[in-house]
Amino acid sequence: MIELYVLLGLMIAGAIISIEVKNLLSAVVAVGIVGLGLSIIFLLLKAPDVALTQIVVEIVAVILLIRATLHREIAQKSCGSRPFGAIMGILFLGFAVIAALVTFSSGLNPFGEPLMTVSRFYPMNAISGTGAINVVSSVILDYRAYDTLGEATVLFTAVIGVLTVMRSVGKKKEEDLQENNE
Amino acid sequence: MDAYMPYVLCMILFCIGIYAILSKRNIIKIILGVVIAEYAVNLFLVLVAYKAGGRAAIFSETEVILPESMVDPLPHALVLTSIVIGLATTAFLIALAIRLYGKYGTFDITRMRELRG
Repeated sequence: MIELYVLLGLMIAGAIISIEVKNLLSAVVAVGIVGLGLSIIFLLLKAPDVALTQIVVEIVAVILLIRATLHREIAQKSCGSRPFGAIMGILFLGFAVIAALVTFSSGLNPFGEPLMTVSRFYPMNAISGTGAINVVSSVILDYRAYDTLGEATVLFTAVIGVLTVMRSVGKKKEEDLQENNE
Repeated sequence: MDAYMPYVLCMILFCIGIYAILSKRNIIKIILGVVIAEYAVNLFLVLVAYKAGGRAAIFSETEVILPESMVDPLPHALVLTSIVIGLATTAFLIALAIRLYGKYGTFDITRMRELRG
């Protein structure tokens, strides 16, 4: 699995570049490295459905971020750090290392040996139970279809929220304009 | 420790995202930190599901594929949901950032005086 380590190193380099570079457009493009490397890693880890979704989502997210950063006057000064936040970040890093050591020493399975206690049921019964040859789609569309319904609800709520925030003319103002015209 | 190396690299990626959220003053950099941390969590779940020498969780009509040789399909299905919800929250954050830029004329969170608690 040497290619996995190479891609993970590339993603970490892209992440460091994207949070430390001065130009905001370069930072957004560097996040594109992280997302597209992630989709290749999903392919290597035998998850083709997740890889396809990740490519689409990454491209849409980068387009939205470029929309937010284009044509803005970018003050070089605003890319600085907050010292208090940096100290808190380093403290969090220490806690994360301790938590990882505890987790690794007490029962997380090594890489390549999944714990198949719950999910052994799905590959065994997917064809006879649902008729789908893709086990992932049988899980998201049949066994756990309420999960997909909740996902659609969250997506709809987020779209409503974006439209509400981005609407340039409020309703009251329109009524005022109509009254002025009359 | 070699068996846990991908988990360690994934945790480093998550810590980079958290550091960006905590220490940056530019609101676009904070959004990028959120996106990176979210990618790291998705990657961790798919790494946990991987079986060494396993196949993708898809059966075939022309070939006999044993269910025991497949990778774990359940985290894949849940990560699929998580990715789409992550895009929705990112879009909402970007919309808020564009609105804040329109009101204050800057992306610097320390200059947005009226938001101070």
